[in-house]
Amino acid sequence: MDCVVTGGNVKVLAKAINSLSRIGDELYVEPQEEGLALRSVNSSRSAYACFLFAPLFFSRYTIPRGHTFRCKIAIKSVQAVFRSLATLEKTVEKCHIELDEQKNRLTFTLHCKHGLMKTHNLSFQDSESLQAVFDKDSYANVFRCNPRLLVDTVVHFPPSLEEVTVSVSDERMWFRNHVEEDADQSKAMLTELCLASEEFDHFGVKAHNGVTFCLKELRGLLVFAESTGLPISMYFDEPGSPVVLSLTDSVLEGNFVLATLSDDPNHRKNNPRRACTPPPPPPPDDFMNDDIDCYLIAMDTSIAPGPSGAGPPTPPLSDSLCSKPSAAANHRTRPHSEEEEDETADSGRPPNKKFCSLFFGSVLPASSQMTTQPVTSQQVLASDSEEDVQ
Amino acid sequence: MPLSTQSQADDEQYVLVASLDNARNLSNLLKAITFKDHAIFSATPNGLKVTVEESKCLQANAFIQAEIFQEFTIREDSVGFQVNLTVLLDCLSIFGGSTVPGVSTALRMCYRGYGYPLTLFLEEGGVVTVCKINTQEPEEPVDFEFCSTNVTNKVILQSESLKEAFSELDMTSEVLQITMSPSQPYFRLSTFGNSGNAHYDYPKDSDMMELFRCDKTQTNRYKMSLLKPSTKALALSCKVSVRTDSRGFLSLQYLVRNDDGQICFVEYFCCPDEEYSCCGCLHLDVNGLLLSRRLEDVCCDVFDYLHLSFSPLCFQHLLH
Repeated sequence: MDCVVTGGNVKVLAKAINSLSRIGDELYVEPQEEGLALRSVNSSRSAYACFLFAPLFFSRYTIPRGHTFRCKIAIKSVQAVFRSLATLEKTVEKCHIELDEQKNRLTFTLHCKHGLMKTHNLSFQDSESLQAVFDKDSYANVFRCNPRLLVDTVVHFPPSLEEVTVSVSDERMWFRNHVEEDADQSKAMLTELCLASEEFDHFGVKAHNGVTFCLKELRGLLVFAESTGLPISMYFDEPGSPVVLSLTDSVLEGNFVLATLSDDPNHRKNNPRRACTPPPPPPPDDFMNDDIDCYLIAMDTSIAPGPSGAGPPTPPLSDSLCSKPSAAANHRTRPHSEEEEDETADSGRPPNKKFCSLFFGSVLPASSQMTTQPVTSQQVLASDSEEDVQ
Repeated sequence: MPLSTQSQADDEQYVLVASLDNARNLSNLLKAITFKDHAIFSATPNGLKVTVEESKCLQANAFIQAEIFQEFTIREDSVGFQVNLTVLLDCLSIFGGSTVPGVSTALRMCYRGYGYPLTLFLEEGGVVTVCKINTQEPEEPVDFEFCSTNVTNKVILQSESLKEAFSELDMTSEVLQITMSPSQPYFRLSTFGNSGNAHYDYPKDSDMMELFRCDKTQTNRYKMSLLKPSTKALALSCKVSVRTDSRGFLSLQYLVRNDDGQICFVEYFCCPDEEYSCCGCLHLDVNGLLLSRRLEDVCCDVFDYLHLSFSPLCFQHLLH
């Protein structure tokens, strides 16, 4: 892989990486024919972001031939390359990204003013593909607005606020901070903001829904959007279905997919007792009886490119989630079929115990093959349309 | 000014009297070398030299020439004492260190000799403060034996670009590697941190490079923790001279302009990190053979003029 970014685009790339850092700790890099995909996901898999930079974004763009290449790098290491964002524009003339597959290194070379050259050789790990499949065009509600609008709205909520609820009627959109039911009502402060449909470039409401999602992760996108000035499109459907925020222009596309709270009272009851240790996987049959409130977004964890045909029914995702040490203590989402059976006590309190909508479905083979073998089959439970490019 | 109304008689008891209209001309410079509590003051008719050392591996010197002072009287050939630098700096900024233009703290520094405290008369806006700081027996500063005749490589850079590099250095790296060479990469700063390694290359024809005189390829590593304090001096300076000698010792000289535009110097000497340093002529990776520094010195003298490429077998034979 050999790419060159010049001029102002270096800053755009750096900002995209910064906003991805608000989501997760690792940067998934995948050079594709359609462009360079940079992705990140949070530890509980309830937030996912992807930036796709088209070949035209680069002054030179060549990808590894003959095989797909994917890797993940600690995002802090990549951020260290683009330190001092403020001076990036003034000092960096071009950025060269080169892959050395033999040495497992990704080299970022910044050609700066006065002949100064900064070379960063970062080690990477091979990774599985990280791609959320979702169909934002099928969602009931679609909005488009200037990022300034959302920034000005979000500024009214304290930085410590975890979740915000967005609800819509035909003419209005409300932003309200989400207060947990068991919180002390007398001490809670409620903030509500109302936006009229005129403030939006596009306001398409088909269902008067309200969704609750994590605000912190949204802020990452807002910072990026504000600096580029690109309009943000927001798509959401019923509670439990993720909210998608995207921005596009001719050379890049960014998508932030955030899980939302499901309305199901059954889940709310069980959530506080969600354990950090994985429960035993239920028999495959239960997976088919998923709660209809929750739309499943299948995560393609196969190393083989593209979705393959449906395989045998698979056990839920929880096992793989818990096999990652980082996810163990911070479970925010759990497969639905788990929740009904989850009787074990909480040994630690996840930061957000109420998120239960399934974001990434289970697409794993039988447990014996779990951690060692590549996934060769998946069951896609959402409509099988890929995210659009441009 | 109140300070100057002191009688002549008082002055005769002091072996050293140094006055500054703006104490910041001294305190700013001292801040650039404050990484240890104690500093050795050494005054000669040429001026004042303040030395701070760290475990015999790092030495910082600040030079304030006699001409910088409004008054500089010394009654002996050489006057030396040691004081707590932190206390001294606190005294120099006793009026709060405001940066209001036109308002400055005037300083009169007096020393009576061995055993006496260092007396500071500080005045601002008509208010006078007298500080007496206990002095100690001055330690002998380490002589790094860095002489200009032994310098193998020297570059002078404008501080601007070096400041940028130093502010971005990967602090997870234990060492800072400096490569100086007559060929590519000319002048390179490298770090080896948790996420990988990073290199900052300055070409010899860069407009930031004021002087480039490198005869031999040298790569030396220095402990990052030792060099970190030098960034304070770098921040104050407008030009830096980087020199290494045949032993790999590093000399960093910073040209600092004080508030009145006068030039002062700050100098840092640093020992190379023993385990890794090697000089260019023996840059070999011979079956894991690790050269000790002493061996390097010997080899340097003997093989100075030999070509870089000679067979591992030959080399092993020569050593045993």
